[in-house]
Amino acid sequence: MVDTLTPVLTDMWDVDCGWTLRAYESKGGYRALDKAFAMAPDDVITAVKDSGLRGRGGAGFPTGMKWGFIPQDNPKPKYLVVNADESEPGTCKDIPLMMGNPHVLVEGVIISAYAIRANMAFIYVRGEVLHVIRRVQAAVAEAYAAGHLGKDIHGSGFDLDVVVHAGAGAYICGEETALLEGLEGRRGQPRLRPPFPAVAGLYASPTVINNVESIASVPSIVARGAEWFASMGTEKSKGFSIFSLSGHVQKPGQYEAPLGITLRELLDLAGGVREGHDLKFWTPGGSSTPLLTAQHLEVPLDFEGVGAAGSMLGTRALQIFDDTVCVVRAVLRWTEFYKHESCGKCTPCREGTWWLVQTLARLEKGQGIEADLELLLDQCDNILGRSFCALGDGATSPISSSIKYFRDEYLAHLTQGGCPFDPAKSTAFATEEVTA
Amino acid sequence: MSEMVKLTIDGKEVEVPAGELIIKAAQDHGTYIPRFCWHPRMEPVGMCRMCLVEVETPRGRGLVTACTQRVADGVLVDTKSDMVKKAQEGVLEFLLINHPLDCPVCDRGGECPLQDQTLSHGPGESRFVEEKRHFEKPIPISDLVMLDRERCILCARCTRFCDEISGDPLIEFIDRGNYTQVNTFPDEPFASYFSGNTVQICPVGALTATPYRFRARPWDLEAVESTCTMCSVGCRVSVQASQNQVLRLLAVDSEPVSHGWLCDKGRFGYEYLRSPARLAAPLVRGEDGELHEASWGDALATAASGIKDVIDRHGPSAVAGLGGARSTNEEAYAFGKLLRSVIGTGSLDARIGDAIDPVLLATGESRALIGDLETAKTVLVWGPDLKEELPVLYLRVRRAASALGATLIVIHPRSTGLDREATHVVRYRPGEGAALLDRLGKGEGDLAAVRAALDEGPVVAIIGRGGLTEAPGLASAVAAFVAGLPGASILPVARRGNVHGAIDMGVAPGLLPGRVAADQAGRDTLGEAWGTPVPAPGRDADGIIEGLADGSVRALIMLGTDPAADHPHRARATTAITAAEFVVSLDLFVTDSNRGADVILPVEAFSEVEGTVTNIEGRVQKVNRVAPGTGQSRPAVEVLGDLASRLGGSLGGPADALAKEIAEVAPAYREITWDGLAWGEGRDGLVAAAPDGGLPIPEPGELTGPPVAGMALHLGRVLYDAGTMVTAGPSLEKVMATPAAHLHPDDASRLGVTEGIAVTVKSRSGEAVIPAIIDSSLAPGTVYVPFNFGLDIGADPGVEVVPVTGGEP
Repeated sequence: MVDTLTPVLTDMWDVDCGWTLRAYESKGGYRALDKAFAMAPDDVITAVKDSGLRGRGGAGFPTGMKWGFIPQDNPKPKYLVVNADESEPGTCKDIPLMMGNPHVLVEGVIISAYAIRANMAFIYVRGEVLHVIRRVQAAVAEAYAAGHLGKDIHGSGFDLDVVVHAGAGAYICGEETALLEGLEGRRGQPRLRPPFPAVAGLYASPTVINNVESIASVPSIVARGAEWFASMGTEKSKGFSIFSLSGHVQKPGQYEAPLGITLRELLDLAGGVREGHDLKFWTPGGSSTPLLTAQHLEVPLDFEGVGAAGSMLGTRALQIFDDTVCVVRAVLRWTEFYKHESCGKCTPCREGTWWLVQTLARLEKGQGIEADLELLLDQCDNILGRSFCALGDGATSPISSSIKYFRDEYLAHLTQGGCPFDPAKSTAFATEEVTA
Repeated sequence: MSEMVKLTIDGKEVEVPAGELIIKAAQDHGTYIPRFCWHPRMEPVGMCRMCLVEVETPRGRGLVTACTQRVADGVLVDTKSDMVKKAQEGVLEFLLINHPLDCPVCDRGGECPLQDQTLSHGPGESRFVEEKRHFEKPIPISDLVMLDRERCILCARCTRFCDEISGDPLIEFIDRGNYTQVNTFPDEPFASYFSGNTVQICPVGALTATPYRFRARPWDLEAVESTCTMCSVGCRVSVQASQNQVLRLLAVDSEPVSHGWLCDKGRFGYEYLRSPARLAAPLVRGEDGELHEASWGDALATAASGIKDVIDRHGPSAVAGLGGARSTNEEAYAFGKLLRSVIGTGSLDARIGDAIDPVLLATGESRALIGDLETAKTVLVWGPDLKEELPVLYLRVRRAASALGATLIVIHPRSTGLDREATHVVRYRPGEGAALLDRLGKGEGDLAAVRAALDEGPVVAIIGRGGLTEAPGLASAVAAFVAGLPGASILPVARRGNVHGAIDMGVAPGLLPGRVAADQAGRDTLGEAWGTPVPAPGRDADGIIEGLADGSVRALIMLGTDPAADHPHRARATTAITAAEFVVSLDLFVTDSNRGADVILPVEAFSEVEGTVTNIEGRVQKVNRVAPGTGQSRPAVEVLGDLASRLGGSLGGPADALAKEIAEVAPAYREITWDGLAWGEGRDGLVAAAPDGGLPIPEPGELTGPPVAGMALHLGRVLYDAGTMVTAGPSLEKVMATPAAHLHPDDASRLGVTEGIAVTVKSRSGEAVIPAIIDSSLAPGTVYVPFNFGLDIGADPGVEVVPVTGGEP
């Protein structure tokens, strides 16, 4: 089974001091740069297009195509922005990647910037993860010192400066246009599109915004070829990706594997669900992707497969919940998160998430009527597709999908006048029985 | 005309300009799509989600916000489908869950877009049963505006207005999600000259104006459309009154002028109308030397006999008239006719020594309209700080630079409100304007780029007097220079209410009604129409004041003018008026100017008389009556008419009759009638223009005085000065500015002055002790003092600045 893993980005993670330039270079790091510089920028874009790499931030937009949208006849400077504002509940791939292998990101930034002809790149890191910010800053400093950044990199004539920017603490800044607002020093709120960032992004200039993992995948594509990359994964979802398993699994963590792997295979790698319990529900890509259940264990985890199952691949944040978990309680927690993180710009998300929490909280305490479920679904209906950005849409996913699969459990709260579960049973310390 | 596209809205095919927003296209074709955040004068944001409509394009069918989606050929728009109805009801239900529904005590109740659209597009009832969000009930965010955050629906119209339109981003969204609120920055009130606009465009009762709060319900208000006369921009307004008292002014969107905005002085300045200090009866000086109330008959008799006495003893040229710039065109015309035709004097002036050459104001050469700013490539502002003197013109220039991409050049002795939007900012010391113009013409040194920008037409130049120590002729020289540029046009500006109208009515020695020079031919033609000879040009305002002082002018008639406050050399003006043998004043108040008058006649004011006014671009617009004047006040036209008949003449009737006469005798006003201004296109005003091309730009005269000794004084206007319009109303009095001496840091350190200490500003004409402010925006060697705060510095170009010994900071 171990064969199913394809460590590329995570390959450095078990190397001694793998985050250092010395360690990275000893494993062949920064050699893809020269190969890229020997190519015309457009050829780099073509290679990334050919590899079939799709955005790893959740939406799955083809990366090479995004780069191709940059109008090269626009006289304004071009910018590359790396979205490292990883904040989706359950998602924990970019942060360990930047801790374990920051140089692959820096190398990816250089090649990507070269391809889109940007001489300035920004890495927008979630402000709360100070240790990660420091590690990426240190890597950038090392890269400058070694001549991988700055003027005339490797004698190629290409100049690049990289700024590691610390976010100020808002989930919404993971939305790319809100991120740009934050980067410009404004209130983090999504922008109206069009104009799209490729035309008028950062400082109203053509801008590519990519997820950490997407950019970090670029050096390997250049080094080993688009064909090698495309040989992994499925027909429309090529390559490898990091799958983050958390919750009630024996060995939680990051598993780098080709797209199209199933949860059953990943669970096997992770030693299965918590001892003595069964899988109840899981999220394929963070809490804003509709949750799935044990009947979806064989769904191929690629963009098309998860989509066909009624959810989204998202960030491949596989949160595993076993049979001790109250789905209503879990959904309430997530909804509280979205209410807290709604930026306040548009009515449905601002008011809707606030109302959803109140309705859900009542239900969770058993203080509602069955019709409240219809009310919840109708509130979701009034938010989904009506909001300004995807935050509002995502906030409805856990609610509508949980009612779809676990309506009876909601009703049980009402008939029993409260939650039928013991929340202590789902905790990590639940097995440590204490007897008087 | 832009390209047109065809689309279908609710089954009806319509043709609209390409690039139009669906919401606007639908509205122009009779389909109202509900909205809160969208405002036709601001950039779309798509925040409130109220305007969701269903759109079918070749790429599919779905909900889009009509305020952000632009039309395209062949698109099908459905504004009433079940999906749309559900979406709109859903958004409204969301908006209402946290709205307090305190409509019965809300000022907006009855004219509230949230109320109206809930009825037309909302769900019948709410399913929300929980507790609503709470905030502290209304908090003052400035002296003029209160904010109720519970009522706020966060459409961001107010914050966007401040950021996009007024350039005073003093309110912003703070906090996040459901706790998002509009608020000010800590310790920084919402002190914007345009704050009242946010109250008007607020789609709920979240922002209310303190002068109007709880004063009336909208259905109790009687409204007339009129024109604001607080300055000479001429914004259209709706004047609203209840029980014979004007209670508020709302902006009316006029495409050529205001774009639906007003400044706060215009919006809230009406309070002077019901000031307790307003004159309620005629006053006549008794034998005890005091002013006493008198009947109209006695007062008019006294006034007429006093004037007649002076005429009999010293001839008609010993009588002079000042004023008319605060009056309607009809009143100004009557004033001019009384002086010229009945009394027979050629000494009259609507300016008070603070404007520019009247011939420049009336010129027909290369004249621009405000609307030309929309297409200008380059805009030159060489004159007053528009934000302080002509605020809504400032908005239009700001729009040209910030939204329409015009290159803006601002030339002024210190920073102005427009500097932030300007491509080129040029500073100069007052008195050195002519030298600067010379260098600019040659494109010397750092002016090369400015000169080059002026070659990029179309150029619109707004030209006026930058400050009161400025030679009035400089504006004429600048105008002549600009008019010589290809594709350039000029907008000469003076600030007081209807000064442009009064000049057009011939209230200036060298001009006759209708922008006609007072030469022999012009006087003959007018004399024929009037049936009396028209005297040769006499004295202008400065000449009249000199004449009063030396005794060559004996009697003065003042119509709504206050030289003791407004003349640059106010002390000189006050002394001269005091020296006059006989003074008649038509006014609303007793002021320093008429305190010594022999007869004061109370007249009706703005909103109390019907007539026309003319704005800076020569646009003639209607003003209308909605309330009576205080006490026994009478329309000035009638008062002047009565005076005329007591002097043995006639003016030709009430205002409407005079309006007809103006259309006959004033060539530039030939086609302009009250009826034409009341209906159709004329509602936005009709632009007066001399039929023969008009008067040329006048010669500038002497521009360079002797070199300035010491510091150069810059006397400029601020919006909230100590003028009667500000001080007579409780609301604006609160925001009145305080005078200070602004010094460049280099000068301050040289003179030993630090911020806040008292300094003496001393000139040949007088001196004043005021606190110092360090202002690095000034040209070095200049001291700036705001004008009209009762200081006696005079307006000599050179002053001395001395720190007061022991002057406490």
